[in-house]
Amino acid sequence: MSAMEKLYLLAALAPLAGSILAGLFGKQLGRQPSAWICILSVAVSFVASALIFQDVLAGRLYNGTVYTWLVSGSAAFNVGFLIDQLTVTMMLVVTFVSLMVHIYTIGYMADDDGYQRFFSYISLFTFSMMMLVMANNFVQLFFGWEAVGLVSYLLIGFWYKRPTAIYANLKAFLVNRVGDFGFLLGIGLILAHFGTLEYKTVFMFAPQVAGSTINILGDQQWSLMTVICICLFIGAMGKSAQVPLHVWLPDSMEGPTPISALIHAATMVTAGIFMVSRMSPLFELSDTALSVVLVIGAITALFMGFLGIVQNDIKRVVAYSTLSQLGYMTVALGASAYSVAIFHLMTHAFFKALLFLAAGSVIIGVHHNQDIRHMGGLWKYMKITWFTSLVGSLALIGTPFFAGFYSKDSIIEAVKHSTLPGSGFAYFAVVAGVFVTAFYSFRMYFLVFHGKERFDQGHEGHGHDQHAQDAHHGHGGKPHESPWVVTVPLVLLMIPSVVIGYLTIQPMLFGGYFGDAIAVQPHHPAMKELAAEFHGPIAMGLHAFTTLPFLFALAGVVLAWYLYLKRPDLPGRIRRTVAGVYTLLDNKYYFDRFNDWFFAGGARKFGSLLSRGGDRALIDGLMVNGSAKLVGLSAAVIRYMQTGCLYHYAFAMVLGVFAYLFWRFFSKF
Amino acid sequence: MTAYLLSLTIWVPIAFGVLVLALGRGGNAQLGRLLALVGSLAGFAVAVPLYSGFNAGTSAMQFVELTPWIPAFNINYHLGVDGISVLFVLLNSFVTVLVVWAGWEVIKDKTAQYMAAFLIMSGLINGVFAAVDAMLFYVFFEAMLIPMYLIIGVWGGPNRVYAALKFFLYTLLGSLLMLVALLYLYRVSGGSFELARYYQVPLSMTAQVLLFIAFFLAFAVKVPMWPVHTWLPDAHVEAPTGGSVVLAAITLKIGAYGFLRFILPIVPDASHYLAGFVITLSLIAVVYIGLVALVQTDMKKLIAYSSIAHMGFVTLGFFIFSPLGMEGGLVQMLSHGFVSAAMFLCVGVMYDRMHSRMIADYGGVVNVMPKFAAFFMLFAMANAGLPATSGFVGEFMVILAAVKFNFWIALAAATTLITGAAYTLWMYKRVIFGDISNPQVSEMSDLSRREFWLLAVVALCVLGMGLYPAPFTEVMHTSVRDLLEHAAKSKLL
Repeated sequence: MSAMEKLYLLAALAPLAGSILAGLFGKQLGRQPSAWICILSVAVSFVASALIFQDVLAGRLYNGTVYTWLVSGSAAFNVGFLIDQLTVTMMLVVTFVSLMVHIYTIGYMADDDGYQRFFSYISLFTFSMMMLVMANNFVQLFFGWEAVGLVSYLLIGFWYKRPTAIYANLKAFLVNRVGDFGFLLGIGLILAHFGTLEYKTVFMFAPQVAGSTINILGDQQWSLMTVICICLFIGAMGKSAQVPLHVWLPDSMEGPTPISALIHAATMVTAGIFMVSRMSPLFELSDTALSVVLVIGAITALFMGFLGIVQNDIKRVVAYSTLSQLGYMTVALGASAYSVAIFHLMTHAFFKALLFLAAGSVIIGVHHNQDIRHMGGLWKYMKITWFTSLVGSLALIGTPFFAGFYSKDSIIEAVKHSTLPGSGFAYFAVVAGVFVTAFYSFRMYFLVFHGKERFDQGHEGHGHDQHAQDAHHGHGGKPHESPWVVTVPLVLLMIPSVVIGYLTIQPMLFGGYFGDAIAVQPHHPAMKELAAEFHGPIAMGLHAFTTLPFLFALAGVVLAWYLYLKRPDLPGRIRRTVAGVYTLLDNKYYFDRFNDWFFAGGARKFGSLLSRGGDRALIDGLMVNGSAKLVGLSAAVIRYMQTGCLYHYAFAMVLGVFAYLFWRFFSKF
Repeated sequence: MTAYLLSLTIWVPIAFGVLVLALGRGGNAQLGRLLALVGSLAGFAVAVPLYSGFNAGTSAMQFVELTPWIPAFNINYHLGVDGISVLFVLLNSFVTVLVVWAGWEVIKDKTAQYMAAFLIMSGLINGVFAAVDAMLFYVFFEAMLIPMYLIIGVWGGPNRVYAALKFFLYTLLGSLLMLVALLYLYRVSGGSFELARYYQVPLSMTAQVLLFIAFFLAFAVKVPMWPVHTWLPDAHVEAPTGGSVVLAAITLKIGAYGFLRFILPIVPDASHYLAGFVITLSLIAVVYIGLVALVQTDMKKLIAYSSIAHMGFVTLGFFIFSPLGMEGGLVQMLSHGFVSAAMFLCVGVMYDRMHSRMIADYGGVVNVMPKFAAFFMLFAMANAGLPATSGFVGEFMVILAAVKFNFWIALAAATTLITGAAYTLWMYKRVIFGDISNPQVSEMSDLSRREFWLLAVVALCVLGMGLYPAPFTEVMHTSVRDLLEHAAKSKLL
């Protein structure tokens, strides 16, 4: 094993070791040692990732097997690593955000009984995510895919006493399983038609099977690639929370805030985006699949943004914003601008993790209240949190020169150049989405940090994020800034939220950074057009001031300012005027109700029917016990003949003889 | 020594069983337990060399023993294992240790008889897997019913007599038809009970279909396949923990094993002809039974139904006739041996404290039994087929094989990803999570040291097999390939 191979293993396995130590021996190790072991393990992983990054920049890529998991028939399934530009970008993002969240957790979870357990879970998550992004084959990808789902399940239900938390985690797992169902079928199709699950081999032979069709329904011929890609994309829809499989993400906010930042904003939910980018050589071969991706992403980007406007829970606003931003990334995928999607994934990871962690800091600061109607004017009390939140929000809405601007503007431009069916709608959605994003982001920002101080107004809408044992935090009192372990990660995340876009747009999008990791067919022109228009990051930023998206963003901010600071009486009136729309949004388009009624309720009803009608009545009642009864019944009838009286038997014999003779006599004629 | 290994795996547990019966009755319960533990460990120890000394390069029977038994009818004491059966001898010997260990303090009534029943059953089951003489197989196959009948009937729950009788009659019905089939084969093969001889006998399609039906009934009841499955939930609910463990982990496998040992090689044309029928029943098991499991209110019943659904994957994998599907089915059998055993052990742990199997009687168990909750989580995830647990491997292989065979069959089978997670985790949520729901729960104590290590051993197996299944499948390759080649050749007259 070469030195680099050891480093790959170290990057993946160090967090696992930390997780095992904290998880199994947490009690013996104690609270702080367990935490620091996990932090150290993730730090090791981060440093290893950075070294691997250097190596990749020097042009040394890797694709190799660690061990053979299973051999069956003609197929071999391996565990192995593919290290290229795409992988290493994800590794850096994952380990960096994870490290920040680990440090932040020291402060945020300081009083929680499940301290070691929490650290064990987030380290396990880091390991799973690394396995996912480093995979060189579909089996390992699926392993990581499901493993992050497991950790997400465990962490959403971390406060297992709360009915809402354990409802949310089950829901998250099951909705994700619906996605995995499609994903697994996609993997199956790949194995069936390629004979292997190794990425490189599959990608190499993909153009050869591009033209082949399969018989799915009746005599209809479907393009094999379209079916495969749509199946894979269903998996991505589950993990990356695209409509209609998005329903689990808002509820996942029941988990502690650090994991909302790490798992449900920065990393795990972007796994679908990563996966589709990784599969770009396949998706490029099916315009139909790309159209589906484009439209689903556009719907998510716009309609989930609307929902952010009516939320009053600080974490849920950020959650809907995450949904909407994931929609943007998906739109970029559909426009064949995979590198832009990954670029937005990266910038989003930084500023969204920042926004979530800042939200967590606010929640601590106001003594575990999450309702933004009970905040206001916090900027005076929490200077660092306030400033970092402002920067995060500016990055999110795409203010020129901030990280989010470069990525989001590139997405909008890329969609403009897409020629696929649905691209017109997608373009409309992402541009309109800019206004919506700016409006809900700054609605929250103004309500939380500016305006009248409302945090003394009762605690009736009281916090979801309240710890099980809250004796330490008294209620009431002035808000306070959080300890350094909380604010340092905020500052460290703020820096990339500002500069990372400016620094990396040139190499990542136009400098051929991704090399062969991402494939684009020549008849998908978006990236070429983008490159032609690009004249350096400064020019791009300056040019933006004259464009529609900037005006939309500005309008959103101004409107939020007018409605929530200048005329705070207006929102209530508007809500009453358009009550129908408000109800629709407040009920999240009734997705949850429908799922509860149709899928959950329907499955239970149908199951009951089968259990009672099928198993108990028909099979057991009629056939099994029925045949037993039949035996009993015929025995009861026949028993009457067994009277035990000799003359009855003699009489029967005489009758029999007569009958026989009678028959013999008459059968002669 | 190696010459008699298979005999040892059969007779060592039985001999210890008899010894336990003789010495452990009445006041000597502790001696009985110790002897039983020694016996089960000895049984496992003699099974291990079967694996370590196994030659994976051949599909021929290994460790063969051949002695005339009833020469008048040409019946032989003929033993041997190949890549398909060797792992099940090992699994059975292993599970016997678990069962003895699990019943250690729990069974207070007629302890020696309980332990002896399991030891004797273990020997008989090894006989089933090792027999290559059809009549010898039949004798073991039937004899095995008796200890299980007693275990349910004597140590079972309130409705044990109904359950035991149902179990016995159901299985007997099927196996009597198998006897008829064997007698027919004895005649057409010129007076032999050798399985290897049957594999070569040419048969008309009518004869094959009739034989198929006879064998199918015998084995489908055992698997159990829909619609002859209703004995299983009743038997599980009434059986003591150990009984459920052996029932789920081992005896169900005998049915599936029968498909490979008898049906596919003896009547290959009928098997292909009727594959669609078996696949349909398998899919019904996966989909229908999955939904039925969802609404169960009794934990044991729920796990029983989930067993049926999981075994549906086994029969589905077999009748796709591809190496991936068949090995997937075999892996699923092994994995289900670990996972279902673990699930029933977990329910047993809770039952010993609460004396209830009803989901509604629990809630918030994690608050008082965190260690237990962690183990149960792992096994629940394995039951839901999460990667890195053994439960994933078999399902994954079978689904992948099914996609190649027919997309819609795979689609129906893959719904288990959703239903399996739904019924398992919904139960877990209601039992384990939440606040403590009633005072009885608050009095539950966490795992004892014995229980902890018992579950830890199974957990290692579940994880080990999930992370590195290659050693299990390597043993199978040659035998599976040969079986498939044999099953592909027509035997029509």
